[in-house]
Amino acid sequence: MTTNLAAEINGVLAALILLSSFGLLVQRRMTGLLHIFAWQGFFLSLSTAVVGYTAGLHHLYISAVLTLTLKVFALPYILYVLIHKLKIHREVEEVVNIPTTMLIGIALVIFSYHLTAPIRELSTLVTRSTLAVALATVLLGLLMMITRKKAVTQIIGFLALENGLFFAATSATYGMPLVVELGVALDILIAAFIFGIFFFQIRTTFDSLDLKQLEKLKEEDF
Amino acid sequence: MNSRYFPVLIEGLQVATVLLAAPLLAGWIRMLRCRAQGRRSAGILQPFRDLSKLFIKDTVLADNASWIFTSAPYVVFGATVLAGAIIPIISVDLPLSETADVIALVAIFAIARFFMALAGMDVGTAFGGMGASREMMVASLAEPAMLMSVFTVSLVSRTTSLSHMAHAVMTGPVVLRPSLAFAFVSFVLLAIAETGRIPVDNPSTHLELTMIHEAMLLEYSGRRLALMEWASMMKLFLFTSLGVALFFPWGIAGRDTVSMIPLAFLSLAIKLALTGVFIVAVEIRLAKMRVFRIPEFLGMAFLLATLGMLSFFILE
Repeated sequence: MTTNLAAEINGVLAALILLSSFGLLVQRRMTGLLHIFAWQGFFLSLSTAVVGYTAGLHHLYISAVLTLTLKVFALPYILYVLIHKLKIHREVEEVVNIPTTMLIGIALVIFSYHLTAPIRELSTLVTRSTLAVALATVLLGLLMMITRKKAVTQIIGFLALENGLFFAATSATYGMPLVVELGVALDILIAAFIFGIFFFQIRTTFDSLDLKQLEKLKEEDF
Repeated sequence: MNSRYFPVLIEGLQVATVLLAAPLLAGWIRMLRCRAQGRRSAGILQPFRDLSKLFIKDTVLADNASWIFTSAPYVVFGATVLAGAIIPIISVDLPLSETADVIALVAIFAIARFFMALAGMDVGTAFGGMGASREMMVASLAEPAMLMSVFTVSLVSRTTSLSHMAHAVMTGPVVLRPSLAFAFVSFVLLAIAETGRIPVDNPSTHLELTMIHEAMLLEYSGRRLALMEWASMMKLFLFTSLGVALFFPWGIAGRDTVSMIPLAFLSLAIKLALTGVFIVAVEIRLAKMRVFRIPEFLGMAFLLATLGMLSFFILE
């Protein structure tokens, strides 16, 4: 595999990751969201493996396998079980309507392209052009957290944001040291469990996962 | 024979192809659809029989129909044939192709649609006005997205002339381009919306509250209805061949290669047959969506086209 071909494949995978971030923004169904999230993890893991192969960095293979097991199988499964236990299959509720969210998302992509343009000029890595996509994925994850009402969708937004950070690390510096990556992976896993406990707590207290309800904690309501 | 006349001959051949192959494609899709649903089909030539029947029949005009209503079928038919003379279908060596680029092509389709919507409202029936307003809603959302999708191909090939675009994609090196992939998916969604197929509109409905295209044609009869029907068949054919010319031009005859023409016909037939299979596969699986979901569907197409354009700048 030549460097050129690897850069092309990496570009296609970056485009697919960007597409899946937008997919998360426009998807209305819970299980659909989880599927898209799993696909995003899959593209991320493939891209990491391709970068590892081109750069000859073998610790990236370990990160790729870690991403595959954690973000494609473990996390979606945990969230799936949660959704089933909490019995939420209804359509996702959003604060801003979906077409507007899409337009904001496009603006964010342009913004991140503009922001990373100087870095692109300086960098000599094969993956330099995907940095804009990585930043866009982070921002789109953030946008998803802001524009959704329900806790579960916000968590998926958070995890997509983490995917973006991971992708940024791979495309900017060929990945973080393995120790850091292992730590982050463990954190994410623990976070998913804690989220689960929180969901149940929130629901038993408010009878809903709508985080608007948390505003009622103000004193004058009592 | 002087080779100067070859482009003109090819142009004539292509217009004849558009006129004759469009009903064939429509017949092929209907036949496949009948087979897929376990019915017996009327054969691939049925659209020709329908058209010739309509040409023989008398025309019934509403009392309050104005000149717009009577002339619209000719305008629509003429604009569609003109579009068929511009898109490189069998050869990129078309004299008329130099006169109009891709933006003009979108405008020609817009003229046809504009007159169709006017004609729908002209007689003053409830269905006509409803269909026209819905058609305009689809058009206003689909056209910007269509331009974005086509511009992505323009960026890759650095020209807006369709012939040059097809030529550039054909002769250029084969590389993986995410931008073209996005533009293609967006184009497919838009072509479905523009040609009024399921899930946006159902071409085989009559007198249903959900119809768009048929609602505008309800008052037409006789040869005018035949022209309108023929134009809409040609539109399907043209959008298919526009997609082929932009994204899969391999097989279209190049410049000064008259001997490539039979091969071009063969590859065109194969591509059209495959498109028919794809359309039927989509149509028997999906139900028509609610009208209020159409903006979202077209918004998705716009998003994909924009992502295609952005990924050209970011990744290529």
